[in-house]
Amino acid sequence: MTDSTILLDDPGWIIAVKGLLIFVLCVVLTLLSVWGERRIVARMQMRLGPNRVGPFGLIQALADGVKLALKEDVIPKAADRAVFILAPIISATTCFMAFAVIPLTGTVNLFGEETVMQLTDLPVGVLYVLATASIGVYGIVLAGWSSGSTYPLLGGLRSSAQVISYEIAMGLSFVGVFIYAGSMSTSDIIASQSHWWNVVVLFPSFAIYVISMVGETNRAPFDLAEAEGELVGGFHTEYSSLKFALFFLAEYVNIIAVSSLATTLFLGGPSAPPGLGFTESWLGGWFTFIWFFLKVLGFFFFFVWLRGTLPRLRYDQFMKFGWKVLIPVNVAWILVVATLRLMTQQGASQFVIAAFTGGVVLAVLLAMSVYDSTKKKAEERAHDVGEMLEPSFPVPALPTIKKAVE
Amino acid sequence: MSEFHLEPKRSDAIEKAAQSAVPVTGTEPASFVKQLKGFWVTFATMFKKPNTIEYPEVKPEVQPRFHGRHQLNRYEDGLEKCIGCELCAWACPADAIYVEGENNSEENRMSPGERHAKVYQINYLRCIFCGLCIEACPTRALTMTNEYEIADDKREKLIWEKEDLLAPLRNGMLMPPHPMYPGSDHHNYYRGEIKESHPSQDVNQ
Repeated sequence: MTDSTILLDDPGWIIAVKGLLIFVLCVVLTLLSVWGERRIVARMQMRLGPNRVGPFGLIQALADGVKLALKEDVIPKAADRAVFILAPIISATTCFMAFAVIPLTGTVNLFGEETVMQLTDLPVGVLYVLATASIGVYGIVLAGWSSGSTYPLLGGLRSSAQVISYEIAMGLSFVGVFIYAGSMSTSDIIASQSHWWNVVVLFPSFAIYVISMVGETNRAPFDLAEAEGELVGGFHTEYSSLKFALFFLAEYVNIIAVSSLATTLFLGGPSAPPGLGFTESWLGGWFTFIWFFLKVLGFFFFFVWLRGTLPRLRYDQFMKFGWKVLIPVNVAWILVVATLRLMTQQGASQFVIAAFTGGVVLAVLLAMSVYDSTKKKAEERAHDVGEMLEPSFPVPALPTIKKAVE
Repeated sequence: MSEFHLEPKRSDAIEKAAQSAVPVTGTEPASFVKQLKGFWVTFATMFKKPNTIEYPEVKPEVQPRFHGRHQLNRYEDGLEKCIGCELCAWACPADAIYVEGENNSEENRMSPGERHAKVYQINYLRCIFCGLCIEACPTRALTMTNEYEIADDKREKLIWEKEDLLAPLRNGMLMPPHPMYPGSDHHNYYRGEIKESHPSQDVNQ
């Protein structure tokens, strides 16, 4: 019996219970992850982090939430009221929706009902996640636009450009998974990883997904939409009180959502790591949730680690990286994956497959060396001719300007 | 005109400036392994001891000559050292000290000599803890302690009165007003010859 057929005979109340559990899980995880992030980043900077409210400062995030709720809710005069109020609601609701198709456990017993902790199993589950994520961007764009102020507008613009371009890379990195699983449903994708996790088989897809998920969630080092240093707070500069809290919630639920998606697509979802398959029957199947949770936590730690290590990218470099590196590499990789897949399906011999793989590797190496040598030649030529920056307009002298002529 | 001229440089001027400049090498990005080193730095730092001092519970040690809040000292028999001369108030660059002097009398002797401070206030909203008042004090009446927890929630509370600033009575000291040590004058006090109070100084007995 596959996951999707188990889900079909769920009575309505079980679905309601699952919906509630997912909502509670997201909110609690948000509170804990805000705390966890602050603690971990603090340790990376040799600080202690919040440790006052509750044991180890655990309920600091809750206290902050209460504080935000009690604050004055300011709506600027120049703001477009209706859109201004709508924007955080869009942001906060759509990020929860992605969880509907993500399986949090294997087969478990929930109040006497054999089921899977997954609200629904759509045949186009992953596309649905992409769709909700892109609607979530509207929240940010509209927030920036409706604030009636310069910095939020810039932040909203940046964010829309950023999320749209990184969503392409993200969507393309799913294609490899789809080709291998032969399905877009999350449960089928997990089932297809029973032998090897996709992170091994499709490592380039995984790497590109991990990079683009950071861009998608507006997190450091890709937090150009918020960019405290340049845009004050970006799209949420004018927001206060609960509306700001909604954006905050949306950001963290989004992080958990993309991490869960990464877990589902590349790390086998709630299934145990290789060699530990016997744990999947512990606690009546509920133990699989721990595996899922640990994988998501791993991704979350990666997010925090990035934030603690890397400075923010410059906007043009960021866009260049997305369009000129991630997307072309991804497309080439998909071609290779598709060819390999087709060859195995058509029953090509091991030798042909090995030859093709070797050819691809050789081609990549050749391309790299050609690229390197042309670059070096161009540099040498520039050096020989004394080709230098000679601006026709007055500029201050740069230390990088080279002068070959004596 | 001086050599600082604000007109934009013409491009031959740029060339001249560029000739003396040292070309920057190594502008290309570091190798991938080197870039990963940064991740190791932050990861390893997580397991180091944080620099944070958990302040209200753990009070940091300050240097012995730290400029903390002021104290008005006493002689060994309990008389105040302050003579109400206002030199501290005059020395204060922030105008934080207010002193009103008063003559000593036989019934109301607060300090040896002629005068004592009737009112002595330090406004800690103004004080910059420079210590010039301490340098100005002719009798070492005013010194600074190492105490730094002065913050408060009302402006009024931050104007410290004489009784807040006075050093507590130690063993052998008597609460003034009381007469000077028998057979001595203010010079004996200034020279530090008074080591303790005399029973005859205790006016309440």
